[in-house]
Amino acid sequence: MTVFNLAIELAYWQQTVIRSVLALVAVLLPAGTLVYLYLFKMMSFMQSRLGPMEAGPYGSLQLLAEVGKFLQKEDLYPRAADRVVFKAAPFVVLASTFLLVLVLPAGPDAWFINIDTGVFLALAVSSISVIGILMAGWGSASKYSLIGGLRAAGQLVAYELPLVLAVMGVVIQAGTLNVQEIVLAQANGEIFGWGGIGNPFLITQFLGFIIFLVAVQAELTQPPFDMPVAESEIVTGYLTEYTGMRFLLFFIGEFATAGIFSALAATFFLGGWYFPGLDPTDNLFNLLGPVVLIGKMLLVSFLIFWFRFTYPRFREDQLQQLAWKVLVPLSLLNIVATGVLKVIF
Amino acid sequence: MNLEASTQQLSYIANQASDARVNIELETEGMTLNLGPQHPATHGTLRIIVRLDGEQVISAEPVMGYMHRGYEKLSEVRTYPQVTTLVNRIDWLGSFANEVPFILAAERLMEVEAPPRAQWIRTALFELSRIANVVLFLGDMAVQLGATTPVFYAFRDREFVLNQIESVTGGRFHPNFDRIGGIKDDLPKGWIQETKDVLARIHSFCDEMQDLVVGNEIFQTRTRGIGIIPADVGLSYGLSGANIRSSGVDWDLRRDGGVGLIHDQLDWKVWTHPDGDSFARYWVRLQEVRESCKMVDQILDGIPSGPIMAKVPRIIKVPAGEAYVETENPLGIMGYYIVSKGDLVPYRVKIRSASFNNVSITPWVLKGVYVPDVISILASLYFILGDIDR
Repeated sequence: MTVFNLAIELAYWQQTVIRSVLALVAVLLPAGTLVYLYLFKMMSFMQSRLGPMEAGPYGSLQLLAEVGKFLQKEDLYPRAADRVVFKAAPFVVLASTFLLVLVLPAGPDAWFINIDTGVFLALAVSSISVIGILMAGWGSASKYSLIGGLRAAGQLVAYELPLVLAVMGVVIQAGTLNVQEIVLAQANGEIFGWGGIGNPFLITQFLGFIIFLVAVQAELTQPPFDMPVAESEIVTGYLTEYTGMRFLLFFIGEFATAGIFSALAATFFLGGWYFPGLDPTDNLFNLLGPVVLIGKMLLVSFLIFWFRFTYPRFREDQLQQLAWKVLVPLSLLNIVATGVLKVIF
Repeated sequence: MNLEASTQQLSYIANQASDARVNIELETEGMTLNLGPQHPATHGTLRIIVRLDGEQVISAEPVMGYMHRGYEKLSEVRTYPQVTTLVNRIDWLGSFANEVPFILAAERLMEVEAPPRAQWIRTALFELSRIANVVLFLGDMAVQLGATTPVFYAFRDREFVLNQIESVTGGRFHPNFDRIGGIKDDLPKGWIQETKDVLARIHSFCDEMQDLVVGNEIFQTRTRGIGIIPADVGLSYGLSGANIRSSGVDWDLRRDGGVGLIHDQLDWKVWTHPDGDSFARYWVRLQEVRESCKMVDQILDGIPSGPIMAKVPRIIKVPAGEAYVETENPLGIMGYYIVSKGDLVPYRVKIRSASFNNVSITPWVLKGVYVPDVISILASLYFILGDIDR
């Protein structure tokens, strides 16, 4: 988020500080919003209960209470644990989240990095979390953690492919790997000559959108794909031995990634920060864009969490079958169809 | 010709041998996993020692007794009316049903019979405690498979059933209401209409579970064809209740037992399922809750008037003799074998509880399944720790 056409020129260190603070906000804000809005409230309403009500009005300060609780706890590790690996694992997972947020544009000039291989970078850095999860599973010196870590690794590797292939349709249609230009292609697009709402790729890439959401659900290890943390059989998988601050980091990582993946889905398929009826080059979008993006992110993550609270979980082998036998062929089909139609029109 | 055949045979044997060698070389050491005694899926303290090859179970051995409370021995130093306080705590989700077979056995020894009104109320409470018990299973099975929502619906609607039980007996979990020769109190005012409303709620809960759980594709792929128990194996392990009925055995003591409850005067049906898998066990229990609702509904309409206690002495001494009475409890067949020497206290009490036998089949049924299926099979067998260990 560099150029706001400010009257004053900022020094490099000032820009860096502003960027770091904004990156922190961009990670923590979706995480907090999703936890309060969906995990606390929507889940409770779906299960015919009220959820947290005591801390602040409608329990709005419950997040602070939870974070405070985790911070107070002792930083424990098992005696047989590989201490370095065990302690480093949550940071690796969180690093993947922070790298992922960088590619998200929130306005015509409001971006962290604007590179021509943005999609490629996003999909590459999202895989780093697998390493962190494997480290956690291995370093905990616990059977449940090990089983959970291995399951997670198998699952994340399997669903990486449909995730990438689902985005390929968008890339073909937009003709670029640059995330910012994908947004602009949707904003300036026309549906059979009518440009009222631009051309969100959701309409043409509906199959891709569904596959992307399913793959994201699996990447986040959320139900129905939460076999790696299945609490009724392997306690909480790779998280079993973690307490306090380090557990909190995993937790933030999970929900921030959920938010950022939702924002990515919104960017690829729903038009990103663009709001219909306005000029996409308008300077106003540097302020309005983040709000629009968060709104669209909440829409997409509503779907993710709706499934999370409703469905039971797949077994590990059924889950692999879904990835390799259904999602990958479907997304390949989607790519072929998109390519052919792109050439025809 | 012979030479050709034997060459073929020899090459086949050589192939087999080389395969075996490769298998031995590639064989990995199995891992022993202790599921329990402290584990989220065991509802308490059941321990299952599982030997794993990867995620596949080589052998499973249940270890019971972590919650043994010695009720059989404790019963020997308590008078007959005091024993119901203990046996309440065996199957703690449907506790009134635990008292019934014991009281019936004592009544058989004393040769008294409860008056009709008492028998009808007894049956109504017996079926209400079955609803309170099995409704929780319908939600809990889904939670073991990873869906968090159904169990909250189960707790929500079970609450109303418990309220009805409480307004009659005064106890939500431990009613301690059944007496030798009748029941403690009559029904409170307005109870019949309130209970009818609650039954309507339970019916709609069953419809909800039908949509949310039974109709769910993932639930079906996780349970259909998993943990199949053939009828003969189930019978030889002594399975009972819905577990054996879901293997296709049409056997229900409420219909076939003929003990002092009034199920034979009601219009209802015993449900069976031919498959014998986890899905069948869930489905049969869902139908049973509906049947229980029907039964209670008929009881509420047809309950006769009259006394609720037969003539029994103030101080109960049971004549010398032996009696064994078993009833179809929520978890399966529960029986009490009472030996009396004509004293204030029973000389010996032996309790046959359903869950002990239902869990005993785990080494057979868990062999070769995957770890996630261990949990779904255990959940579908539906045991209560108090009912295993007593």
